[in-house]
Amino acid sequence: MIGESVLRLEDQPLLRGEGRFVADINLLHQLHMRIVRSHAAHGTIESIDAAEALDVPGVVAVWTGADVADIPPIDFRQVGADQMVPYRQPILAQDRVRYVGEPVAAVFATDPYIAEDGAEAVVVEVSELAPVLDAAGALGDFDGRLDTEAYVFTEQTGDVDAAFARAGHVLEAEFSVGRHTGVPLECRGAVAVHHRNTRTLEFLGAAKVPFQNRDALARMLGLPPSGVVLREAHVGGGFGVRGELYPEDVLVALAALRLGRPVKWIEDRQEHLVAANHSRDQRYRLRVATDVSGVVEGLEVEFISDQGAYVRTHGATVATLAAAMLPGPYRIPNYRVTGRVRLSNKTPAGTYRAPGRYESTFVRERAMDAIAAELGIDRAEIRRRNLIGSEEMPFERGVDALGTPVVYDSGQYEMMLDRVMGHIDYRALVASLAERRANGELVGLGLGFFVEKSGLGPFAGSRIEVDPSGSVTVTTGEASVGQGFETVMAQICTEVLSVELDTVSVVHGQTDQMSYGMGAFASRATVMAGTATHAAGVALRRRAIEVAAEMLEASPEDLELVDGAVRVVGSPTRAVSLGAVASALGPASPHVQDRPGLVAEEWYTTSHMNYPYGLHAGVVVLDPDTGSVGIERYVIAYDIGRAINPMLVEGQIVGGAAQGLGGALFEDFGYDEIGQPLVTTFMDYLMPTAAEMPDLEILLSEDAPSPLNPLGVKGAGEGGTNACGAVIAAAVDDALGRPGAVTSLPLTPERLHTLCRSGGGSS
Amino acid sequence: MSQERVELTLTVNGERHDVRVEPRKTLADTLREDCGLTGTHLGCEHGVCGACTVLVDDEPVRSCLMFAVQCGSQAIRTVEGLADGDRLHPIQQAFWEHHGLQCGFCTPGFLMLATSVLESRPDIGDEELREVLASNLCRCTGYQNIITSVHAARDQMRS
Repeated sequence: MIGESVLRLEDQPLLRGEGRFVADINLLHQLHMRIVRSHAAHGTIESIDAAEALDVPGVVAVWTGADVADIPPIDFRQVGADQMVPYRQPILAQDRVRYVGEPVAAVFATDPYIAEDGAEAVVVEVSELAPVLDAAGALGDFDGRLDTEAYVFTEQTGDVDAAFARAGHVLEAEFSVGRHTGVPLECRGAVAVHHRNTRTLEFLGAAKVPFQNRDALARMLGLPPSGVVLREAHVGGGFGVRGELYPEDVLVALAALRLGRPVKWIEDRQEHLVAANHSRDQRYRLRVATDVSGVVEGLEVEFISDQGAYVRTHGATVATLAAAMLPGPYRIPNYRVTGRVRLSNKTPAGTYRAPGRYESTFVRERAMDAIAAELGIDRAEIRRRNLIGSEEMPFERGVDALGTPVVYDSGQYEMMLDRVMGHIDYRALVASLAERRANGELVGLGLGFFVEKSGLGPFAGSRIEVDPSGSVTVTTGEASVGQGFETVMAQICTEVLSVELDTVSVVHGQTDQMSYGMGAFASRATVMAGTATHAAGVALRRRAIEVAAEMLEASPEDLELVDGAVRVVGSPTRAVSLGAVASALGPASPHVQDRPGLVAEEWYTTSHMNYPYGLHAGVVVLDPDTGSVGIERYVIAYDIGRAINPMLVEGQIVGGAAQGLGGALFEDFGYDEIGQPLVTTFMDYLMPTAAEMPDLEILLSEDAPSPLNPLGVKGAGEGGTNACGAVIAAAVDDALGRPGAVTSLPLTPERLHTLCRSGGGSS
Repeated sequence: MSQERVELTLTVNGERHDVRVEPRKTLADTLREDCGLTGTHLGCEHGVCGACTVLVDDEPVRSCLMFAVQCGSQAIRTVEGLADGDRLHPIQQAFWEHHGLQCGFCTPGFLMLATSVLESRPDIGDEELREVLASNLCRCTGYQNIITSVHAARDQMRS
């Protein structure tokens, strides 16, 4: 069962229109919330007049900052630091607004249309201040006391100065990656209801990190954690953006308490594009010291992350990951990086699929191409010379990420390079592209090697219970964002318990069903919850065999678990089904030891992440007249140790690549000179459609299982995205015959058109 | 601002729904809130993403861009009408078998779009089909498996 591409358990309701997304949840007597948002990028709130809004029939309340001044700003969930604390976002703007889209008031009404009518009638007067729109420019003023540099950190390993002192060659370069983000097809939403009878606040629809959000909500609202219950509904895509605790979520919960009625909020797309986390938006300056053969001896990097207007739940996660993962698959013994998290008057930023890695892979792989060009070395060859060897695993990078040292657990990097070179017939391809270029075509090849990270700890738990009918329920505190979590957990459970897949139900994201949980981020769900589920299955199997041995008056060593029943090896008619074993474990049963029922719960803890790796190769054809980049061929090789369900893994890779390619070519949150967002609809935020996507070739490999878990699995979620920017840039360079031409993303038609005509750099 | 509600009978998947809605209420919101058919999803509310695609007199429309009061005399079909009891429609079956969905949010729109094109043009070629499917947005699948699914459904429905 593990390793089989079984069809998903999730799909039937979704195909039938019977999904339960948050917008599909309605509670009797509910109110609808609509947010009034700042129309100014930066300014002081002079007045908010809600009188007219309150006159709209059906509007029951309007809140402004003053009404929620007692609620603390939203805390960091990870990678926090004391310096960043003053930069957290209040749930409604207090005296200043800092980006277009910032919540300044909340209108509650009996109908969503009426809530919008009310919101339109709220008059907000803002005295505008000069906005900061270039995080790499002069620092601005945050609150009259603090400037806009929220956090600076340096990580280093080895002796960088010595490496530069003896270098045979030094490359200096600058690169930048634009502002884009996850943009799931389902906008955000939340429904909250206060149950006085059970003294609980139930919060529906939240996903990703339900336990952390529960704890944060409880803290902010002054409730005990057990008094807040989060329930994950169907989720229309996560990608890092969804499920972080946002101002609107807290407002919904608070309103359910204060107004005494269920409260529902569904975001619209225009709001989403200015209010949900943006991402990327980093600018790098680097120096690379190599010997004359292109072996990198030292790397020195300084980069700026444009965090937008506030530091949200992720703290400095993105910058930290960019710094830690920048060296990627190369040995690079001496490395120093300084990251600066700076605020601007744009939408606040957070993580997006392959956070920090999409950017740093672009930078690193651009640098490798540049060194290859300057030293006259083949692009594949220079990578080969720098790859970490399999005999060097586990490889300690010497820097930390997310509170844990970066130690690559396993990898066969050179084997992957060989496989991809063979698959694309590298030499022949390079020759044929050169010939086509000689004939006037603008066609080129790009390569992007990378290491991903996955399986972030420190824990995940899983409980498996069999009922008297033989139905199996797997309960975890982890979460699903639509990636196939239920199927994967069920497959692992099925493998261990030898039951039919459709007898297994998977419960996730319900904070009253498990004591602890983390969630769906950092490509961790399969690694962490999968390992815990495997362990729980093994424990349950052991327990079932023990009890069956008593029931059958046989020795446990003579028993086996086959097709959902425990039977005597060699005489299969002497058997009891798992359901019968569960029936025999009622509370008063003599078989009971610690607790009644056929149930096992196991917790997997780890202090290390694990590290999948991959290589993308792409061929593009440019149209100098329209500035369009046609993707003629795109190959993704990815090693995740072991694929539980290859079909789902490939789905993750292809879907991830669509997002990576979108960020490389189309998606870009632009702002005008006064900080007005230029991208507020799907007419402006251009995501790839079926017309733009090439048919990807996926080479899934299992050459380097993780030694850190018994299944050998690594996470599959982010490798499809990681190197897309790097590869498109390299392929465009190659097509133009101008190494180093592309220094920034995205390569929109306008920029490419300019590049084709200019003969210079892209920025 | 709020308007006088009007009475209206919508025919959805062959069933009559008597509703009272404001003239400004979209078809999508009316299907979801007044008919209880929440399978039709709203992804952008400005007619770009296609998640809200339903069939009105067998033509695919963005139900976020139509008002319910425009649809009183037409036959409306939504995703809830595709399956025949336990038996999935060939397009649903193909999406299941070829992993044509992940989060499933855009899926109803793609299913309705595909239904309409395969019913009206059962012999549509691959290239044109890709162009049609480019009318809707998906953020999970990268489209490859959606295209494979619709190809499979086309071949199944023709045979």
